[in-house]
Amino acid sequence: MLLLTLFMKPKDNKLLIVCLCLLPVWQAVAQGGLLGDLEKEQQSQPDTQYVAATFKGTRIINGHSVELRSSGVLLFLIAHRFGRLNSGAYEFFGLDEANMRMALEYALLDNLTVGIGRSSFEKTFDGFIKLGLLRQQTGSRTVPVSVVGFTSLAINSLRSSSPERQMPFSGRLDYTYQLLIARKFSPQFSLQLTPTLVHRNLVETPEIDNDVYALGIGGRLKLTTRVALNAEYFYRFNTVGEAAYYDPFAIGFDIETGGHVFQLHFTNARSMVEEGFLTETTGNFFGGDIHFGFNISRVFQLK
Amino acid sequence: MNYLTTTLHLMAACCLLVWSGGAEPAQAQRYRLTSGEVSFFSSAPLEDIAANNTQAQSIFDAASGEIAFIIPIKKFTFEKSLMQEHFNENYLESDQYPNAKFEGVLAGFQPEVSGPQQVTARGKLTIHGVTHTVEVPGTVHLKGDRIAMNAKFPVKLEDYKIKIPQVVFYNIAEVVDVTVNFVYETERQ
Repeated sequence: MLLLTLFMKPKDNKLLIVCLCLLPVWQAVAQGGLLGDLEKEQQSQPDTQYVAATFKGTRIINGHSVELRSSGVLLFLIAHRFGRLNSGAYEFFGLDEANMRMALEYALLDNLTVGIGRSSFEKTFDGFIKLGLLRQQTGSRTVPVSVVGFTSLAINSLRSSSPERQMPFSGRLDYTYQLLIARKFSPQFSLQLTPTLVHRNLVETPEIDNDVYALGIGGRLKLTTRVALNAEYFYRFNTVGEAAYYDPFAIGFDIETGGHVFQLHFTNARSMVEEGFLTETTGNFFGGDIHFGFNISRVFQLK
Repeated sequence: MNYLTTTLHLMAACCLLVWSGGAEPAQAQRYRLTSGEVSFFSSAPLEDIAANNTQAQSIFDAASGEIAFIIPIKKFTFEKSLMQEHFNENYLESDQYPNAKFEGVLAGFQPEVSGPQQVTARGKLTIHGVTHTVEVPGTVHLKGDRIAMNAKFPVKLEDYKIKIPQVVFYNIAEVVDVTVNFVYETERQ
Protein backbone atom coordinates (compact mmCIF):
# COMPACT_ATOMS: atom_id res chain seq x y z
CA MET A 1 0.00 0.00 0.00
CA LEU A 2 2.71 2.36 0.95
CA LEU A 3 4.76 1.45 -2.07
CA LEU A 4 1.82 2.41 -4.24
CA THR A 5 1.72 5.85 -2.66
CA LEU A 6 5.38 6.11 -3.36
CA PHE A 7 4.94 5.49 -7.05
CA MET A 8 1.94 7.78 -7.35
CA LYS A 9 3.69 10.85 -6.00
CA PRO A 10 7.32 10.51 -6.95
CA LYS A 11 8.06 14.20 -6.38
CA ASP A 12 7.32 14.37 -2.70
CA ASN A 13 8.94 11.26 -1.49
CA LYS A 14 12.20 12.63 -0.14
CA LEU A 15 11.05 12.41 3.44
CA LEU A 16 9.64 9.02 2.83
CA ILE A 17 12.92 7.79 1.43
CA VAL A 18 14.65 9.07 4.52
CA CYS A 19 12.13 7.20 6.63
CA LEU A 20 12.56 4.07 4.61
CA CYS A 21 16.30 4.33 4.84
CA LEU A 22 15.98 4.59 8.60
CA LEU A 23 13.78 1.54 8.70
CA PRO A 24 16.49 -1.12 8.62
CA VAL A 25 18.45 0.85 11.22
CA TRP A 26 15.47 0.91 13.49
CA GLN A 27 14.90 -2.78 12.98
CA ALA A 28 18.52 -3.55 13.66
CA VAL A 29 18.30 -1.70 16.95
CA ALA A 30 15.07 -3.42 17.88
CA GLN A 31 16.15 -6.98 17.26
CA GLY A 32 19.90 -6.58 17.13
CA GLY A 33 22.59 -7.31 19.65
CA LEU A 34 22.05 -11.04 19.99
CA LEU A 35 25.24 -10.98 22.00
CA GLY A 36 23.82 -8.21 24.16
CA ASP A 37 20.76 -10.35 24.85
CA LEU A 38 22.93 -13.26 25.87
CA GLU A 39 25.06 -11.11 28.14
CA LYS A 40 21.99 -9.66 29.81
CA GLU A 41 20.63 -13.14 30.43
CA GLN A 42 23.91 -14.33 31.85
CA GLN A 43 24.04 -11.41 34.27
CA SER A 44 20.48 -11.94 35.42
CA GLN A 45 21.09 -15.59 36.32
CA PRO A 46 24.45 -15.82 38.05
CA ASP A 47 25.44 -19.36 38.88
CA THR A 48 27.65 -20.48 41.72
CA GLN A 49 31.26 -19.61 41.16
CA TYR A 50 33.73 -21.26 43.47
CA VAL A 51 36.86 -19.32 44.13
CA ALA A 52 39.88 -21.26 42.93
CA ALA A 53 43.55 -20.96 43.80
CA THR A 54 43.35 -18.97 47.01
CA PHE A 55 46.91 -20.15 47.40
CA LYS A 56 49.10 -21.94 44.91
CA GLY A 57 50.34 -24.71 47.12
CA THR A 58 48.79 -26.86 49.79
CA ARG A 59 51.18 -25.00 52.14
CA ILE A 60 51.43 -21.27 52.59
CA ILE A 61 55.04 -21.87 53.61
CA ASN A 62 55.39 -23.98 56.75
CA GLY A 63 51.72 -24.31 57.57
CA HIS A 64 48.93 -25.73 55.49
CA SER A 65 46.82 -23.49 53.30
CA VAL A 66 43.11 -23.96 52.58
CA GLU A 67 44.01 -25.47 49.23
CA LEU A 68 42.74 -28.98 48.71
CA ARG A 69 43.45 -31.01 45.63
CA SER A 70 40.60 -32.56 43.70
CA SER A 71 39.56 -36.12 44.25
CA GLY A 72 42.05 -38.62 42.87
CA VAL A 73 45.08 -36.35 42.92
CA LEU A 74 48.25 -37.62 44.56
CA LEU A 75 50.73 -34.96 45.54
CA PHE A 76 54.36 -35.66 46.24
CA LEU A 77 55.99 -33.00 48.36
CA ILE A 78 59.67 -32.74 49.07
CA ALA A 79 60.88 -29.98 51.33
CA HIS A 80 64.22 -28.84 52.71
CA ARG A 81 65.29 -26.41 55.40
CA PHE A 82 68.98 -25.67 55.36
CA GLY A 83 71.11 -24.45 58.24
CA ARG A 84 71.30 -20.89 59.49
CA LEU A 85 72.38 -18.18 57.10
CA ASN A 86 74.38 -16.61 59.93
CA SER A 87 76.39 -19.79 60.51
CA GLY A 88 79.13 -18.33 58.32
CA ALA A 89 81.12 -19.16 55.24
CA TYR A 90 82.60 -22.34 56.72
CA GLU A 91 79.08 -23.83 56.86
CA PHE A 92 78.43 -22.30 53.44
CA PHE A 93 75.80 -20.08 55.07
CA GLY A 94 73.82 -23.04 56.24
CA LEU A 95 73.67 -24.96 52.99
CA ASP A 96 76.00 -27.69 54.30
CA GLU A 97 73.27 -28.81 56.62
CA ALA A 98 69.76 -29.77 55.64
CA ASN A 99 66.57 -30.99 57.19
CA MET A 100 64.34 -32.84 54.83
CA ARG A 101 60.75 -33.91 54.72
CA MET A 102 59.17 -36.14 52.12
CA ALA A 103 55.43 -36.53 52.01
CA LEU A 104 52.58 -37.92 50.03
CA GLU A 105 49.17 -36.30 50.09
CA TYR A 106 46.18 -37.95 48.52
CA ALA A 107 42.77 -36.41 47.89
CA LEU A 108 40.19 -39.08 48.67
CA LEU A 109 37.39 -36.64 47.93
CA ASP A 110 37.30 -33.09 46.67
CA ASN A 111 37.10 -31.92 50.28
CA LEU A 112 39.09 -34.64 52.03
CA THR A 113 42.84 -35.08 51.82
CA VAL A 114 45.05 -37.37 53.88
CA GLY A 115 48.81 -37.29 54.02
CA ILE A 116 51.85 -38.95 55.49
CA GLY A 117 55.35 -37.63 55.84
CA ARG A 118 58.76 -38.34 57.23
CA SER A 119 61.16 -35.66 58.40
CA SER A 120 64.82 -35.98 59.20
CA PHE A 121 64.26 -33.43 61.99
CA GLU A 122 63.92 -35.57 65.13
CA LYS A 123 63.23 -38.50 62.78
CA THR A 124 59.59 -37.57 62.80
CA PHE A 125 56.79 -39.46 61.14
CA ASP A 126 53.61 -37.50 60.62
CA GLY A 127 50.15 -37.99 59.30
CA PHE A 128 47.36 -35.54 58.70
CA ILE A 129 43.74 -35.21 57.71
CA LYS A 130 42.41 -32.12 56.01
CA LEU A 131 38.69 -31.63 55.60
CA GLY A 132 37.09 -28.85 53.57
CA LEU A 133 34.11 -27.36 55.42
CA LEU A 134 33.25 -24.26 53.40
CA ARG A 135 34.29 -22.95 50.03
CA GLN A 136 34.43 -19.29 49.18
CA GLN A 137 31.92 -18.65 46.42
CA THR A 138 29.83 -16.02 44.71
CA GLY A 139 26.74 -16.12 42.55
CA SER A 140 23.55 -17.80 43.65
CA ARG A 141 25.02 -18.19 47.15
CA THR A 142 27.72 -16.03 48.63
CA VAL A 143 30.24 -17.52 51.02
CA PRO A 144 32.96 -15.02 51.95
CA VAL A 145 35.63 -17.44 53.16
CA SER A 146 36.94 -20.93 52.72
CA VAL A 147 37.21 -22.97 55.90
CA VAL A 148 39.19 -26.17 56.28
CA GLY A 149 39.60 -28.33 59.37
CA PHE A 150 43.03 -29.77 59.87
CA THR A 151 44.54 -32.25 62.29
CA SER A 152 47.95 -33.85 62.35
CA LEU A 153 49.83 -36.34 64.44
CA ALA A 154 53.60 -36.28 64.79
CA ILE A 155 55.64 -39.20 66.08
CA ASN A 156 59.17 -38.50 67.20
CA SER A 157 61.16 -41.68 66.55
CA LEU A 158 64.54 -40.56 67.92
CA ARG A 159 66.23 -43.21 70.04
CA SER A 160 66.31 -42.43 73.69
CA SER A 161 69.58 -40.80 74.73
CA SER A 162 70.04 -43.10 77.70
CA PRO A 163 68.96 -46.76 77.62
CA GLU A 164 67.78 -46.62 81.26
CA ARG A 165 65.28 -43.85 80.56
CA GLN A 166 63.09 -45.28 77.86
CA MET A 167 60.34 -42.94 76.76
CA PRO A 168 56.86 -44.46 76.59
CA PHE A 169 55.51 -44.48 73.06
CA SER A 170 52.69 -42.13 74.02
CA GLY A 171 55.32 -39.60 75.09
CA ARG A 172 56.47 -39.40 71.48
CA LEU A 173 53.12 -38.20 70.18
CA ASP A 174 52.06 -34.63 69.50
CA TYR A 175 48.76 -33.49 68.06
CA THR A 176 47.83 -30.37 66.15
CA TYR A 177 44.35 -29.06 65.48
CA GLN A 178 43.80 -26.13 63.19
CA LEU A 179 41.01 -24.26 61.53
CA LEU A 180 42.19 -22.72 58.28
CA ILE A 181 40.07 -19.69 57.40
CA ALA A 182 41.01 -17.93 54.19
CA ARG A 183 39.63 -15.37 51.82
CA LYS A 184 40.80 -14.54 48.34
CA PHE A 185 40.20 -10.80 48.33
CA SER A 186 41.27 -10.37 44.73
CA PRO A 187 43.10 -12.46 42.14
CA GLN A 188 46.26 -10.92 43.57
CA PHE A 189 45.67 -11.02 47.30
CA SER A 190 44.66 -13.81 49.70
CA LEU A 191 44.77 -13.92 53.47
CA GLN A 192 44.45 -16.80 55.91
CA LEU A 193 43.90 -16.94 59.65
CA THR A 194 44.80 -20.15 61.41
CA PRO A 195 43.64 -20.69 64.99
CA THR A 196 45.74 -23.55 66.29
CA LEU A 197 45.97 -25.91 69.24
CA VAL A 198 49.00 -28.12 69.71
CA HIS A 199 48.85 -30.82 72.34
CA ARG A 200 52.07 -32.50 73.40
CA ASN A 201 51.78 -35.68 75.42
CA LEU A 202 55.16 -35.05 76.97
CA VAL A 203 56.81 -31.71 77.68
CA GLU A 204 60.28 -30.89 78.96
CA THR A 205 59.39 -29.54 82.42
CA PRO A 206 56.28 -29.70 84.66
CA GLU A 207 55.62 -25.96 84.41
CA ILE A 208 55.19 -26.11 80.65
CA ASP A 209 51.60 -26.44 79.51
CA ASN A 210 50.97 -29.48 77.34
CA ASP A 211 48.67 -27.38 75.20
CA VAL A 212 49.91 -24.49 73.13
CA TYR A 213 47.43 -22.05 71.66
CA ALA A 214 48.49 -20.12 68.61
CA LEU A 215 47.07 -17.96 65.88
CA GLY A 216 48.59 -17.97 62.46
CA ILE A 217 48.29 -15.32 59.81
CA GLY A 218 49.47 -15.92 56.28
CA GLY A 219 49.06 -14.16 52.99
CA ARG A 220 49.81 -14.32 49.34
CA LEU A 221 50.47 -11.47 46.98
CA LYS A 222 50.53 -12.50 43.35
CA LEU A 223 53.29 -10.72 41.48
CA THR A 224 52.89 -12.28 38.04
CA THR A 225 50.66 -15.06 36.75
CA ARG A 226 53.17 -17.59 38.01
CA VAL A 227 55.01 -15.97 40.88
CA ALA A 228 53.58 -15.00 44.24
CA LEU A 229 55.07 -13.56 47.42
CA ASN A 230 53.96 -15.38 50.57
CA ALA A 231 54.45 -14.59 54.22
CA GLU A 232 53.35 -16.41 57.33
CA TYR A 233 53.54 -15.87 61.07
CA PHE A 234 52.22 -17.78 64.07
CA TYR A 235 51.73 -16.10 67.42
CA ARG A 236 51.85 -18.43 70.43
CA PHE A 237 49.69 -17.28 73.34
CA ASN A 238 51.07 -19.39 76.20
CA THR A 239 54.81 -19.74 76.31
CA VAL A 240 55.56 -20.18 80.02
CA GLY A 241 58.83 -22.08 80.42
CA GLU A 242 59.50 -22.01 76.71
CA ALA A 243 61.50 -18.81 76.38
CA ALA A 244 64.06 -20.65 74.31
CA TYR A 245 61.57 -20.99 71.50
CA TYR A 246 60.45 -18.36 69.05
CA ASP A 247 57.30 -17.77 67.04
CA PRO A 248 57.75 -19.12 63.53
CA PHE A 249 57.93 -16.60 60.73
CA ALA A 250 58.50 -17.24 57.07
CA ILE A 251 58.59 -15.28 53.84
CA GLY A 252 59.14 -16.56 50.34
CA PHE A 253 58.08 -17.00 46.77
CA ASP A 254 55.78 -19.46 45.05
CA ILE A 255 56.76 -20.30 41.51
CA GLU A 256 54.35 -22.39 39.59
CA THR A 257 55.15 -24.30 36.43
CA GLY A 258 52.41 -26.64 35.29
CA GLY A 259 52.14 -29.59 37.62
CA HIS A 260 54.86 -28.35 39.98
CA VAL A 261 54.84 -25.66 42.59
CA PHE A 262 58.23 -24.46 43.79
CA GLN A 263 58.26 -22.56 47.04
CA LEU A 264 61.52 -20.87 47.98
CA HIS A 265 61.61 -19.17 51.34
CA PHE A 266 63.39 -17.93 54.40
CA THR A 267 62.22 -18.96 57.84
CA ASN A 268 63.45 -19.29 61.39
CA ALA A 269 61.86 -22.74 61.72
CA ARG A 270 63.65 -25.97 60.99
CA SER A 271 60.81 -28.43 61.35
CA MET A 272 58.23 -28.85 58.61
CA VAL A 273 55.67 -30.55 60.82
CA GLU A 274 53.11 -28.37 62.61
CA GLU A 275 54.01 -29.38 66.12
CA GLY A 276 57.69 -28.91 65.29
CA PHE A 277 57.70 -25.44 63.78
CA LEU A 278 55.04 -24.16 66.19
CA THR A 279 56.68 -25.26 69.43
CA GLU A 280 60.31 -26.05 68.64
CA THR A 281 61.50 -23.10 66.60
CA THR A 282 64.83 -22.12 68.10
CA GLY A 283 65.87 -19.44 65.63
CA ASN A 284 65.31 -15.72 66.11
CA PHE A 285 64.45 -14.54 62.60
CA PHE A 286 65.32 -10.93 63.27
CA GLY A 287 68.50 -12.00 65.00
CA GLY A 288 69.68 -13.52 61.76
CA ASP A 289 68.80 -17.14 62.49
CA ILE A 290 67.30 -17.58 59.09
CA HIS A 291 67.08 -20.84 57.23
CA PHE A 292 66.76 -20.96 53.51
CA GLY A 293 64.34 -23.65 52.41
CA PHE A 294 62.13 -24.92 49.67
CA ASN A 295 59.02 -27.00 49.10
CA ILE A 296 58.56 -28.67 45.76
CA SER A 297 55.34 -30.41 44.92
CA ARG A 298 54.36 -32.51 41.96
CA VAL A 299 50.85 -33.75 41.32
CA PHE A 300 49.76 -37.00 39.75
CA GLN A 301 46.21 -37.56 38.66
CA LEU A 302 45.52 -41.12 39.72
CA LYS A 303 41.87 -41.26 38.71
CA MET B 1 -2.00 20.08 -1.62
CA ASN B 2 1.67 19.41 -1.66
CA TYR B 3 1.79 19.80 2.09
CA LEU B 4 -1.03 17.35 2.45
CA THR B 5 0.65 14.67 0.37
CA THR B 6 3.84 15.01 2.35
CA THR B 7 1.88 14.58 5.56
CA LEU B 8 0.15 11.56 4.09
CA HIS B 9 3.43 10.11 3.07
CA LEU B 10 4.83 10.66 6.49
CA MET B 11 1.86 9.01 8.09
CA ALA B 12 2.16 6.14 5.70
CA ALA B 13 5.81 5.82 6.51
CA CYS B 14 4.99 5.74 10.18
CA CYS B 15 2.42 3.05 9.52
CA LEU B 16 4.99 1.07 7.63
CA LEU B 17 7.43 1.35 10.49
CA VAL B 18 4.88 0.11 12.98
CA TRP B 19 3.70 -2.55 10.61
CA SER B 20 7.13 -3.86 9.81
CA GLY B 21 7.96 -3.90 13.48
CA GLY B 22 4.80 -5.71 14.42
CA ALA B 23 3.85 -7.97 11.58
CA GLU B 24 7.34 -9.26 11.10
CA PRO B 25 8.12 -10.26 14.67
CA ALA B 26 11.81 -9.98 15.19
CA GLN B 27 11.97 -13.13 17.27
CA ALA B 28 9.98 -15.48 15.09
CA GLN B 29 13.08 -16.77 13.39
CA ARG B 30 15.18 -16.97 16.47
CA TYR B 31 16.71 -20.24 17.49
CA ARG B 32 18.03 -20.92 20.91
CA LEU B 33 20.88 -23.27 21.79
CA THR B 34 19.52 -26.29 23.65
CA SER B 35 22.55 -28.50 23.72
CA GLY B 36 25.99 -27.19 23.03
CA GLU B 37 29.42 -28.65 23.28
CA VAL B 38 32.61 -26.71 22.83
CA SER B 39 35.84 -28.58 23.16
CA PHE B 40 39.45 -27.97 22.43
CA PHE B 41 42.38 -30.17 21.91
CA SER B 42 46.04 -29.40 22.00
CA SER B 43 48.47 -32.02 20.97
CA ALA B 44 51.88 -31.72 22.58
CA PRO B 45 54.88 -34.00 22.93
CA LEU B 46 54.50 -34.57 26.64
CA GLU B 47 50.78 -34.76 27.06
CA ASP B 48 47.65 -33.90 25.19
CA ILE B 49 45.41 -31.29 26.66
CA ALA B 50 41.68 -31.54 26.12
CA ALA B 51 38.76 -29.74 27.67
CA ASN B 52 35.05 -29.69 27.22
CA ASN B 53 32.34 -27.13 27.89
CA THR B 54 28.59 -27.75 27.79
CA GLN B 55 27.54 -24.40 29.26
CA ALA B 56 27.64 -22.27 26.14
CA GLN B 57 24.72 -19.98 25.36
CA SER B 58 23.77 -19.01 21.83
CA ILE B 59 21.09 -17.40 19.73
CA PHE B 60 20.77 -17.80 16.00
CA ASP B 61 18.51 -15.65 13.86
CA ALA B 62 17.64 -17.70 10.79
CA ALA B 63 16.10 -14.74 8.97
CA SER B 64 19.15 -12.53 9.08
CA GLY B 65 21.75 -15.26 9.55
CA GLU B 66 23.02 -13.48 12.65
CA ILE B 67 24.54 -15.59 15.35
CA ALA B 68 26.03 -14.91 18.76
CA PHE B 69 27.40 -17.12 21.48
CA ILE B 70 28.94 -16.84 24.92
CA ILE B 71 31.18 -19.50 26.41
CA PRO B 72 31.90 -19.21 30.13
CA ILE B 73 35.60 -20.01 30.42
CA LYS B 74 35.33 -21.40 33.94
CA LYS B 75 33.00 -24.12 32.72
CA PHE B 76 35.64 -25.86 30.67
CA THR B 77 36.30 -29.17 32.36
CA PHE B 78 39.60 -30.96 32.10
CA GLU B 79 40.54 -34.45 32.97
CA LYS B 80 43.21 -33.10 35.30
CA SER B 81 41.77 -30.73 37.84
CA LEU B 82 44.98 -28.81 38.31
CA MET B 83 45.19 -28.17 34.59
CA GLN B 84 41.77 -26.59 34.85
CA GLU B 85 43.01 -24.32 37.59
CA HIS B 86 46.05 -23.30 35.57
CA PHE B 87 43.94 -22.77 32.49
CA ASN B 88 41.73 -20.33 34.37
CA GLU B 89 44.34 -18.74 36.56
CA ASN B 90 47.33 -18.43 34.26
CA TYR B 91 46.30 -18.78 30.66
CA LEU B 92 42.77 -17.47 30.14
CA GLU B 93 42.70 -15.35 33.32
CA SER B 94 39.02 -16.05 33.66
CA ASP B 95 38.51 -13.83 36.70
CA GLN B 96 39.27 -10.92 34.44
CA TYR B 97 37.89 -12.33 31.18
CA PRO B 98 35.07 -14.66 32.18
CA ASN B 99 33.65 -15.32 28.71
CA ALA B 100 34.67 -16.12 25.19
CA LYS B 101 32.23 -14.48 22.79
CA PHE B 102 31.30 -14.53 19.16
CA GLU B 103 29.03 -12.23 17.23
CA GLY B 104 28.58 -12.38 13.50
CA VAL B 105 26.67 -13.88 10.61
CA LEU B 106 26.52 -17.21 8.88
CA ALA B 107 27.39 -16.22 5.35
CA GLY B 108 25.80 -18.46 2.74
CA PHE B 109 23.08 -19.71 5.04
CA GLN B 110 19.85 -20.53 3.23
CA PRO B 111 16.92 -20.89 5.59
CA GLU B 112 14.80 -22.67 3.01
CA VAL B 113 17.25 -25.49 2.45
CA SER B 114 16.72 -28.43 4.75
CA GLY B 115 19.49 -30.90 5.24
CA PRO B 116 23.17 -30.15 5.54
CA GLN B 117 24.68 -27.04 4.00
CA GLN B 118 28.10 -25.47 4.11
CA VAL B 119 28.32 -21.98 5.57
CA THR B 120 31.00 -19.60 6.75
CA ALA B 121 30.68 -17.87 10.09
CA ARG B 122 32.05 -14.36 9.80
CA GLY B 123 32.32 -12.12 12.76
CA LYS B 124 34.13 -11.06 15.86
CA LEU B 125 35.58 -13.66 18.15
CA THR B 126 36.67 -12.47 21.59
CA ILE B 127 38.89 -14.64 23.76
CA HIS B 128 40.92 -13.45 26.74
CA GLY B 129 39.69 -9.92 26.13
CA VAL B 130 41.15 -9.81 22.61
CA THR B 131 38.84 -9.49 19.62
CA HIS B 132 39.64 -10.68 16.13
CA THR B 133 37.55 -10.83 13.00
CA VAL B 134 37.43 -14.44 11.96
CA GLU B 135 36.02 -16.64 9.21
CA VAL B 136 35.16 -20.16 10.19
CA PRO B 137 33.75 -22.72 7.76
CA GLY B 138 31.16 -25.03 9.18
CA THR B 139 28.13 -27.17 8.53
CA VAL B 140 24.55 -26.27 9.28
CA HIS B 141 21.89 -28.94 9.28
CA LEU B 142 18.26 -27.84 9.26
CA LYS B 143 15.73 -30.39 10.41
CA GLY B 144 12.23 -29.24 11.29
CA ASP B 145 12.46 -26.75 14.10
CA ARG B 146 15.95 -27.87 14.98
CA ILE B 147 19.26 -26.71 13.61
CA ALA B 148 22.55 -28.45 14.18
CA MET B 149 25.84 -26.64 13.63
CA ASN B 150 29.31 -28.04 13.57
CA ALA B 151 32.60 -26.32 13.10
CA LYS B 152 36.23 -26.97 13.80
CA PHE B 153 38.78 -24.25 13.68
CA PRO B 154 42.26 -23.47 14.92
CA VAL B 155 42.92 -20.77 17.51
CA LYS B 156 46.42 -19.42 17.65
CA LEU B 157 47.08 -18.62 21.29
CA GLU B 158 49.45 -15.80 20.49
CA ASP B 159 46.71 -13.96 18.58
CA TYR B 160 44.68 -13.72 21.76
CA LYS B 161 47.63 -12.79 23.97
CA ILE B 162 47.54 -16.11 25.76
CA LYS B 163 51.10 -16.49 26.92
CA ILE B 164 52.91 -19.76 27.12
CA PRO B 165 55.82 -19.53 29.51
CA GLN B 166 59.21 -20.87 28.51
CA VAL B 167 59.41 -23.28 31.41
CA VAL B 168 56.31 -25.36 31.64
CA PHE B 169 55.99 -29.00 32.23
CA TYR B 170 52.75 -29.20 30.37
CA ASN B 171 54.02 -28.49 26.90
CA ILE B 172 51.33 -26.57 25.21
CA ALA B 173 50.87 -26.32 21.48
CA GLU B 174 50.77 -22.82 20.07
CA VAL B 175 47.67 -23.58 18.07
CA VAL B 176 44.67 -25.21 19.66
CA ASP B 177 41.90 -26.92 17.71
CA VAL B 178 38.45 -25.84 18.82
CA THR B 179 35.41 -27.93 17.98
CA VAL B 180 31.90 -26.58 18.26
CA ASN B 181 28.76 -28.73 18.18
CA PHE B 182 25.58 -26.75 18.68
CA VAL B 183 21.94 -27.86 18.49
CA TYR B 184 19.28 -25.15 18.35
CA GLU B 185 15.55 -25.17 18.66
CA THR B 186 13.02 -22.48 17.77
CA GLU B 187 12.90 -19.99 20.59
CA ARG B 188 9.74 -20.22 22.64
CA GLN B 189 8.06 -16.91 23.19
